[in-house]
Amino acid sequence: MNLLNIKDLNKNFKQENENKLEVLKGINLKIKEKEFISFIGPSGCGKSTLLNILAGLIPASSGQVMLKNKLIQNPGNDRVMVFQEAALFPWLTVIENVLFGLKIKKIDKKKAYQKALDQLEAVQLKNFKDSYPHQLSGGMKQRVAIARALVIDPEILLMDEPFGALDEQTRLMLHRQLIKLWQDTEKTIVFVTHNIREAVKLSDRIIVFGSNPGRIVEEFKIDIPQPRDRENPTLIRLENKILKLLEKEIKKQGEKKYEKIAT
Amino acid sequence: MKKLLPKTIFILLILAIWQFLFQLNIWPDFLFPSPQMVMITLIEGFKDGTFTFAITASFKRLLIGYSISLLFGLMLGVLIASFQLIEDTIGPFILALQSVPSVVWLPLALLWFSMGEKAIIFVVVLGGTWNMVINASTGIKNVQPVLIKAAKTMGVNKIQLFWKVILPAAVPHLITGMRLSWAFSWRALMAGELIGSGDGLGQILMWGRDMGNMSLVITVILLIGSIGYLTDNYLFKKAETVVLNRWGLNN
Ligand SMILES: Nc1ncnc2c1ncn2[C@@H]1O[C@H](COP(=O)(O)OP(=O)(O)O)[C@@H](O)[C@H]1O
Ligand SMILES: [Mg+2]
Repeated sequence: MNLLNIKDLNKNFKQENENKLEVLKGINLKIKEKEFISFIGPSGCGKSTLLNILAGLIPASSGQVMLKNKLIQNPGNDRVMVFQEAALFPWLTVIENVLFGLKIKKIDKKKAYQKALDQLEAVQLKNFKDSYPHQLSGGMKQRVAIARALVIDPEILLMDEPFGALDEQTRLMLHRQLIKLWQDTEKTIVFVTHNIREAVKLSDRIIVFGSNPGRIVEEFKIDIPQPRDRENPTLIRLENKILKLLEKEIKKQGEKKYEKIAT
Repeated sequence: MKKLLPKTIFILLILAIWQFLFQLNIWPDFLFPSPQMVMITLIEGFKDGTFTFAITASFKRLLIGYSISLLFGLMLGVLIASFQLIEDTIGPFILALQSVPSVVWLPLALLWFSMGEKAIIFVVVLGGTWNMVINASTGIKNVQPVLIKAAKTMGVNKIQLFWKVILPAAVPHLITGMRLSWAFSWRALMAGELIGSGDGLGQILMWGRDMGNMSLVITVILLIGSIGYLTDNYLFKKAETVVLNRWGLNN
């Protein structure tokens, strides 16, 4: 079943010189329930912008996004976002951070506390429940951010380069945890990354974006079950294929810029 | 603790120079008292309750004026941060007001409220408000956008966003505002008490002048300085350190 339906979506930003900046053009995409889908593309191609539109944080210029039968216009806790910067509230302890969304949802205090505790256990941070964010490492912060999002029980988890600022080892550990959480909770995850290997390892489907204007270039389905072996030849082949595709896109973008300078 | 030795030596040196100047007998004793005379005035003043009484009276005014300053400052700061039009119109005005020394308000205070409590509190409020406005609006404007986005996707409405995210996120700036506002309120209070009648520290200072009691004047000046220093260093700086640590801004 389709959970999210993006139809003829365009997004322009007004620039200072009154020209329009075309950031997304003609995006059509259906995202299935329980799907783990990744967006990959050159930086500046509009991945974050698209994610922000899905979250309802910014409006599309034209076209629409439907969540089931509902038109997305505003942010809502059926689509929670996790950011690269973790974005924890520094004045709240770990558990208070995880409780934040539940309080907004007006869930009974005792129940909420238990839920938050269980969710922290799921990311293996129960022992840190009374710590403050500044006392945690980058990977731990990101795990709290994921717990804070999942505890709300959203329809979709939107993740904007959530592991982009972490070292390789932490990133690998978080991949395992995220896959397990995804399997346990059966959430739909939209995952933005610029790391091809990460996308190949985690996703059911990878959407490759090109830039200027941002548009979908190609998509790849990956049917290999989780957890995946990094040495799997199919994955390595796919990784190389996407790499070539992206290199081509980035080169095209460079040439375009060059043309602009020349004329 | 290591710094204690140089500090002690420095104070002893000052006292020695003071004593030396005193013994040169250039000025009469009542115009230039010795350290010992000031010490006696200080002890006696506390013994007979004069200073305790005066400090209490001053603090009462200060707390009233300071509270009003914080409240006004916060409200104006929020308005400035929220509406561009208000920022463009009132913003520069606030900056101008902030650069006006509190003593300047005295004539106005005297005309509007005559020589009473209200006049002093008026001056204190005008002394303390502007720094709070500036810091509150800066704090609110500089809340990390990603925190606001995160809260929005977790389903907050506008009111929850303000109370649960924006205001707490602005606390480091608010604390700085509170600290500056306190320092300026304290200066304004002393200015205000120099004219008003009553029983505050500033008024004892004027009384000392009228009586030609320089020893009392110097003692009160020392008290004013010490209280300002102690509250700033032991109350506000400590609070600021705790907040900056907690908010992860100290690295
Ligand atoms: N609020 C905005 N106003 C103007 N331009 C923007 C805004 N947000 C993003 N852009 C521009 O849109 C393009 C896409 O940005 P973004 O979605 O962040 O790309 P990505 O996440 O793929 O790196 C960039 O050229 C960026 O400068
Ligand atoms: Mg981005």
